[in-house]
Amino acid sequence: MGVAERNGSLVIEELHKKFHVGAGEVIALRDINLQIREGEFISIVGSSGCGKSTLLRIIAGLENGHSGTVRLGDRRVSGPGLDRGMIFQEHRLLPWLTVEENVAFALNGRTPEDKRLVREQLELVGLSGFARAHPHQLSGGMAQRVAIARALINQPKLLLLDEPFGALDALTRIQMQQEILRIWEVERTTMLLVTHDIDEAIYLGDRVVILSSRPGTVKRIVPVELPRPRDRSSYEFVQIRKEIYTEFFHEAEKPFAYAI
Amino acid sequence: MTSDTKPHLERIKHLLQYLGLSAAVLVVWQGLYHLGYIKPLILPPPTQVAAAFQDLVKSGAMTRHVGISVARVLEGFAIAALLGLSLGIAIGLSRTLDRLTDLAIQVIKPIPPIAWIPLAILWFGIGEKSKVYIIFLGAFFPIIINTIDGIRQTDHKFVELSRVLEVPRVKFVRRVVIPGALPAIMTGLRVGLMVAWMCVVAAELIAAGSGIGYLIMDARQLSQSDVVLVGMITIGVIGKVMDSIIRRIEKRLVDWKPSFAGH
Repeated sequence: MGVAERNGSLVIEELHKKFHVGAGEVIALRDINLQIREGEFISIVGSSGCGKSTLLRIIAGLENGHSGTVRLGDRRVSGPGLDRGMIFQEHRLLPWLTVEENVAFALNGRTPEDKRLVREQLELVGLSGFARAHPHQLSGGMAQRVAIARALINQPKLLLLDEPFGALDALTRIQMQQEILRIWEVERTTMLLVTHDIDEAIYLGDRVVILSSRPGTVKRIVPVELPRPRDRSSYEFVQIRKEIYTEFFHEAEKPFAYAI
Repeated sequence: MTSDTKPHLERIKHLLQYLGLSAAVLVVWQGLYHLGYIKPLILPPPTQVAAAFQDLVKSGAMTRHVGISVARVLEGFAIAALLGLSLGIAIGLSRTLDRLTDLAIQVIKPIPPIAWIPLAILWFGIGEKSKVYIIFLGAFFPIIINTIDGIRQTDHKFVELSRVLEVPRVKFVRRVVIPGALPAIMTGLRVGLMVAWMCVVAAELIAAGSGIGYLIMDARQLSQSDVVLVGMITIGVIGKVMDSIIRRIEKRLVDWKPSFAGH
């Protein structure tokens, strides 16, 4: 668990996943190959039902019955582990615990250091003043920040974010995107974000992985070589957005362009 | 100023709403007696019941009967809570244990405690033990069944979260399962206490020489319908007080759960 061993590179090879639905089966993911460097921020976009959440859950170790390999650093993933943190779409804070107890919930040993670690994490997400609050007293954005603190307290090599801001309002979402970027710059954890928001994917990712639907396959990987913080209305940003957009809606877009 | 007086008026209004129905029943009851519609032998008026109550309090009999009944109920309830909670948690956590016990629980549950009296006397004699056993039976099933239900309703999202965080099993049960089941467990305890208290009369059918149930049965034989009513109303009032106490404890334990209070 030392710093030297912190190898947060992720390699996915020939990943297949089928679901049994009734008598038949549905191929959720087909031939997924991905290599993610340590410290990289990867966004995965896809329409709903494309298997992007399933991919994330496989990496988290929550799914089984797939073929292919997932390796984090030099270890093969075969189940959940503290080397991977996970942020779900809902905050999943335990309503009967306070904010600090929720963050400490991720710590399984009981050491005198716990208190300090929790305080540090709450500082990192800017919620030191809410340590004693209960989840129902927090706004959606605040609750999600507590969830981030909880996921990071074990210093995972890889943080998996499953549409983490999808349930938030547009303004809070932008704030949280800036927040996660700031945290990433401090912690340098490898990040893997699943989203259906193209803007969010470009704003955050070093690369944007486009997943096609049914079966989910990697359609394209678009590098985003723009300095951060990124300006969503800059020419380059808009170009990339257009590029990704046409991957999803290429047929529908064309007649519109001719009309102009 | 208005912010001060208005809640005050509001509170009086709420108190009147709270007491209104009961007061109306008493007034009508008393009124019907005065108008000659009901005979005191069949239904004595509230004033007569109050007088009988006063006599019983003065002679010290009331405190004795109430004290003994409450003690019996608390004893039976305590045993039921202890066994119901621990077995309920164990069964809730284990599918195998559930399969092993489910049929027996479901079959024994509908048997009314009063039907157990003959066996209870054979097993425990006519002393305190058989009475406590009857009360225990009444309280046990609501507690164990609500506990099992509460544990089974553990949110799958928290189960997943605990897997991701590699939470050890004991901690998972202590920090996730039991707190999540607590609202259901408290409901079970509340219903259990209520049923236990309702069983007190049945339990005191067994050769009792004291207790509220005895008071009622004894008065019935002497045709003292006013004393019967004193006993009935006392059971009602004490039941209400017990329920209020346990509700207050529940509110404190489950303070994280904002609930719907009605319009």
